[in-house]
Amino acid sequence: MSERAKPNAVFRFFDRLGRLSVAGLEELGRYGTLLVESFYWLIFGHRIGQPVRIGAFFSEMMEIGVRAIGIVGIMAAAIGAMLAIQGIYSLKIFGAEGHVVFGVAFSMVREFAPLITGILVAGRSGSALSARIGTMKINQEIDALEVMGINPVRFLVVPSLLAALIMVPALTFMSMIVGLWAAGAYVNFALGMSLAAFLDQTISILSVNDLLHGLGKSAIFGLLIALIGVVNGFMVKGGAEGVGKATTRAVVQCISAIVVTDMLFALVATL
Amino acid sequence: MSDSKQKPTPPAPQLPTVIEVRDLVTHYGTRQILNGINVDIVQGEIMVIMGGSGSGKSTFLRHLMALQMPTSGTIKILGNDVWDLSQKDLFGLRKKLGVAFQAGALFSSMTVGENIMLPLYEHTKLDRLTMQIMARMKLEVVDLAGFEDLMPSELSGGMVKRAAVARAIIMDPRILFFDEPSAGLDPVVSSQLDDLILRLRDAMGMTICVVTHELESAFKIADRITVLDKGDILFIGTVDELKKHPSERIQNLLNRRSEEAEIDADEYLRRLMGEKLETEGMSR
Repeated sequence: MSERAKPNAVFRFFDRLGRLSVAGLEELGRYGTLLVESFYWLIFGHRIGQPVRIGAFFSEMMEIGVRAIGIVGIMAAAIGAMLAIQGIYSLKIFGAEGHVVFGVAFSMVREFAPLITGILVAGRSGSALSARIGTMKINQEIDALEVMGINPVRFLVVPSLLAALIMVPALTFMSMIVGLWAAGAYVNFALGMSLAAFLDQTISILSVNDLLHGLGKSAIFGLLIALIGVVNGFMVKGGAEGVGKATTRAVVQCISAIVVTDMLFALVATL
Repeated sequence: MSDSKQKPTPPAPQLPTVIEVRDLVTHYGTRQILNGINVDIVQGEIMVIMGGSGSGKSTFLRHLMALQMPTSGTIKILGNDVWDLSQKDLFGLRKKLGVAFQAGALFSSMTVGENIMLPLYEHTKLDRLTMQIMARMKLEVVDLAGFEDLMPSELSGGMVKRAAVARAIIMDPRILFFDEPSAGLDPVVSSQLDDLILRLRDAMGMTICVVTHELESAFKIADRITVLDKGDILFIGTVDELKKHPSERIQNLLNRRSEEAEIDADEYLRRLMGEKLETEGMSR
């Protein structure tokens, strides 16, 4: 019995591995196709009488960007203050707490602002996109769009993709300012350094490259969040349970993709 | 009457064919869903597609709406082979089709009026006032005047379906598809919807294709009925021809008799327990 079971287990393992690999490749293909199709509609939609709706684009900008200002601001302030607290605590060992501005400025602008903004937008908008498109799919609303001669990618995906591409960097920029302000406020409280002096030092330390580094990767995060949310929404099968699963999957994938991309970006940028 | 397993349906005289289906085959994986369907639907008729669960009628409807590509075979709608059309031409063709989905498929984020105006907004350059007037006209047709500012969630099941019909006819399509229009409705509302379908055919001259399993509704509205069974066409013809058809399977369908009921108890028990008993026997 056990002799027979062994090859079965091995066979099952490779069978499963093969299936997972094919499914993974298929999903990657979907991301690529959706991205290409989105740019196609964005550029050529007008020519075939199907332009991207400006109203939907602004509405998505409102949803993804403007409505996230509050939570992103609070989180950025908390992270900025936390960086200042930890920085002063560590540097005190060497008696160099006055140099805390270096650590705070670089980590906030290059790392924490894009990362925290990306993760928050993934939790808010990545899941919302996935749930919305998934629900539309099971309610046959996607089919309804197609039979009305309205391309669902042009109608649903492009406005979200474009909005995420613009609003995530915009939120990141705001996050940088709020985070640095909060850090400056703590440094002022802990070390007596004025906010103006903190700001002055920050500006002299940072270069345009640092800013572009943070904003550049936040644009990629925005693209990833929108793509992952949409693809998971389109892949929904079954009813409400399928929507729930897709939403969870979208958030997990978004956050994982953001962290891995962040690491790769840091690696490439510091080579 | 045609007990047409694979023969093309002869179109009714003098009327042009608007939908022509030839040798339509569909597989889901290794499972064959449609086994070479041939149907012609002529202008101005109401064709009802019937069949039990798993007969392939929903898949067939998805093919007719050009939402799903078949494994093989051709579908010509208004003379165009739908799978040979360019994307632009397919969009053009779809403007001539209207669909009322089973659950309405209204966009929950838009009001009823915005739902109905959406095709106009996307495909025409009409000003908003004209679109609103047109939407109100269609809402009048489906007896929903004054409901344009409500959200779909504020409507009853029957009203959602009628709003979906209003959206489907806003572009004055030549062909209208209904997917299970009576499903989930009480008999009175269902009958009102049947009357609406007849009115659309008579007043607007539309060709209408209805997928349903409601016999009463089908008998009331159908000019012709296609009965699908396990991916084959069992019957195409008029209501009277269907009622008089000698086939036992058709009579079972009409009298809502299950073929399963005719299996004797021992056979049924063997079918239920067979696999388990065999397994147990082997393990002993």
